[in-house]
This record gives sequence, C-alpha cells and structure tokens, in this order.
Amino acid sequence: MMEQNRQGAPLASSGLPDKGNRKQLNLRHEEISMEVRDLNLYYGESQALKNISMDIASKRVTAFIGPSGCGKSTLLRCFNRMNDLIDICRITGEIRIDGNDIYHPSIDVPELRRKVGMVFQKPNPFPKSIYENIAYGLRLQGVKNRRTLDEVVEHSLKRAALWDEVKDRLNDNAFGLSGGQQQRLVIARAIAIEPEVILLDEPCSALDPISTAKVEELIIDLKETYTIVIVTHNMQQAARVSDFTAYMYLGELIEYDDTAKLFTNPARKATEDYITGRYG
Amino acid sequence: MDKLHLDKHISRQFNQELEELRENVMSMGGMAEEMVGDAIRALVEGDSELAEQVIVADDRVNDMEKAIDERCTMILARRQPTASDLRLVLAIIKTVNDLERVGDEAEKIAKMAIRLSEADRPRQGYRELENMAGTVRSMLRDALDGFVRMVPEVAVMLTREDEKVDAEYEAILRQYYTYIVEEPRITRRVIDSIWVARSLERVGDHAKNIGEYIVYLVEGKDLRHASPEELEREIGESREE
Repeated sequence: MMEQNRQGAPLASSGLPDKGNRKQLNLRHEEISMEVRDLNLYYGESQALKNISMDIASKRVTAFIGPSGCGKSTLLRCFNRMNDLIDICRITGEIRIDGNDIYHPSIDVPELRRKVGMVFQKPNPFPKSIYENIAYGLRLQGVKNRRTLDEVVEHSLKRAALWDEVKDRLNDNAFGLSGGQQQRLVIARAIAIEPEVILLDEPCSALDPISTAKVEELIIDLKETYTIVIVTHNMQQAARVSDFTAYMYLGELIEYDDTAKLFTNPARKATEDYITGRYG
Repeated sequence: MDKLHLDKHISRQFNQELEELRENVMSMGGMAEEMVGDAIRALVEGDSELAEQVIVADDRVNDMEKAIDERCTMILARRQPTASDLRLVLAIIKTVNDLERVGDEAEKIAKMAIRLSEADRPRQGYRELENMAGTVRSMLRDALDGFVRMVPEVAVMLTREDEKVDAEYEAILRQYYTYIVEEPRITRRVIDSIWVARSLERVGDHAKNIGEYIVYLVEGKDLRHASPEELEREIGESREE
C-alpha cells in the first residue's frame, strides 16, 4: 500500500539535491496548499523550529515523523496558530495558506481554525450527544435550520465512516462511544464545518489496531477532499497512509520526500538511522 | 567494512538476526559454488560417485533456501524493516533464489556426468567446459564476496564477465556443431555436453543477478537488465553523511 495510485505523482528528487536546497521536495506536479518559509519558532530562549521551509501538497497526506521533541507537533500547530495560546512562544518567518500569510495581523484566527481543523492524540468529544458534537460548529456559525443540521450530521458521520455504528443512537452521550469511535466522531466534527486542511496530531496513538486501521482508511478516503497533515510516532503508519513524509530532528527538517522513496532509500543517513532503529 | 551498519540497531537481537542471516546466505553460496566445481570434476574425471554426492548436496541447498526464506519472513513480520534493512532482506530473498538455481544447474551437470561416464571420452577431454566452469565459479565467488563486503562495483565486473561467458558458450556450440558434422556417431555425447555448457552459462547469469542485487542493497537502485556502461554510470553516487 506504500505506492498509492495518483496521477502526476511528483518526482522524488532524483539523486541528491544541492546542499542549499536539499530540503525542497519537488512538488511541481502538485497543487500547493500551504507554504512554509524560513520558519523559526522559539519557546522563550530555546529554539524549537529552525529555519523550516517546505510546501504541503493539496489533497495529499503529508506525514511528519521524528523522535520526541523534534518539533513535529510544534510545526503542525503552527498551521492553525495553536501556538498562539502559549505566551512565551515567538515565531519568525511565514506560513501561507492559499497564498495568504496566516501570521499577518489582519488574519481572523477563528476563521483560520475553521479552515484548518485539528484532531488530537486523545479523542476530545464535547460532553454532549453525538448529534450535538457534530452540529456544534454549525450552531456557532448561526445555522439553525434543523434539516440542514440533520443533513450535515449525517453526511459528516458518513464521511467519517461512523454513521452505521451510531445512526440509531444519535442522542446518546458521545462519551459512551469507544475510543476509536470517539476519534472518528472528532474527525466528523472537524469535517462538518468544511475545512480545507485537517491536522492530525498522533490520532491513533491511543487506539487499538482495529480502530487504527479504520482511522487510517478514513484518512486515505478524506484526502480526496482535504489536505491532510499527520504527525505520527508510528512509522509504519506514516508509510501506509502518507504520500509525502518529512523527517525532523532537533527542530530541523532533515529530509522531505516521496514516502515510498523515504522508506526504501532515504537520501540522508540520519533519516536511515531513525527509520531503521539505529543509533546514529 | 560494514557499509550498512548492520550492527548498529538499538535492538541487539535484530543485529544478530541479520548477521546470522547473512552468514547463512554465505554458507549456502559457498556450497552451491562447490557443487558446480565437484560436478565438473566428476565429468572430467568420469567419477560417478562424486556426481552422486552433488545430487545429494542439492537437497541440502534446497533446504537452506527454505530455511533462509523462513527467517526472512519472520523478520518482515516481526521487525517491519525499512530502508537498508528492508533492502537487505529483499536482496537476500532474491539471492538465495538464484543460489538455489545454481544448485539445480550443478545437479544437472552431475546427472550429465553420470551419463557421459558411460560414453567414450573425447580425445581432447572436456577442456572447454573446464575453462568455462572456472570462469563462472570465480564469478560466483566474486558475487558472494561482493555481497559480504557490499561492493556494488562487483556488478559491473560480473556483467562484463557474463558477456564473456555468453560468448564462450556460443563458441562451444559452434565447436560442438562441427564435431557432430564430422562424426555423427558421437552426436548423443555432444548433445549431453551442450547441456553442461548451457548449465554453466546459466550459473554465470545467476552470479550476474546477484551482482545486481548488491547494487540494490547498497544504493537502493534497481539496475537489473542494465548494460555494464549504465551500471558504471549509476553506481557510486555516495550518500551524504
């Protein structure tokens, strides 16, 4: 499943790219959803991201891998400005989504977060019914029409491959669902407000293998419609679901390439050591 | 010596598994190479007993192939290897397949040796087959040596050698053809000798294949069916540290 069929697949940069721009994956056959340019991020004095530049392809799955503390979750959180919530966090550089710099003062952050949804490691449904979990975002946007809400709830649950399991108990509390179901519910909730990008921060690390497989199926399904960025500790998962993989280490982007290439023949020894479980 | 740092896994158990696997491939390869030598010696010396031993040895090579494949399956299932580890396991699975075929060719030669031991010996002996066997055996040794030391350049040499072996095979065919024309009485013996030459030519092909797996193992490039020139061009772009 590593090689996914897709038209106009980008060329994995053949051979070794120049030292100066070796981190640039050749995505010229792809539509670009998000561009990161010279991004630096500091927590107080310590620098958590160092000079990251990368493009994220639209309607593809991009995975970030790397050991704990390498900055992959930090980078993920930059895409919807979740790091704004941390006082000591300071950012330089640019992230553009559809050409707009999301750190520009004129940006409406709640609107950005509507466009760039996020799913966390632990499922975090609201303490409400299954139905209300999905309808919540729409209600916030002022949607009151019952039929519209019904439609969106059904559609979102279907997209999240959860509908058949919950359609007869939509008014039950969401906490009654299993962990895997809750995670899919949270994904359905993210879908309901029609984002462009879905960020997944280790979405399966608290799930059993069956639930994990379901969520992975869902991710592959969803990339038809959404740009997906996933952070994962599970390298096999990155290999299974992603089209492109970025390996990060100590805040730097070490290698970014076609997933099939990165997992069979990485260009850099540091990447090889990490994915094969060697000490460097 | 170890370009792929096979002994640098966090899991020492995995280091050991890979090391044992590699040793097994080497002993299987050594055995197959020896079988080719013994089979030719049996032919040249008309020693049917030695030929019988080769036939028995082929069962052992077959068993070794199965055992190594089994180990590879376990590693794939348990470790889900990636990058060079994955390439090593794949290269080994392919290599043992070729080595098993080498064993089969040796067995065929041994069977011919038994048949030919009952026929009249040719005046000039089997010099041409001995020569050819010498070449393909040293190709096999080079292939195995290249595998242990992970030297992809061996592939270039093996491809060139294989071209020579193919030419040698053609020359032998032409020579044998004249024998048949000159002396139809010995047709049967000559045809059996052709089978031996053909088996040796195949052994050369298998050695060449192993060379290509080494390239895949070390460099991650699939250069099967490439010409020696293409191989030379592609090999050796080293990875940055």
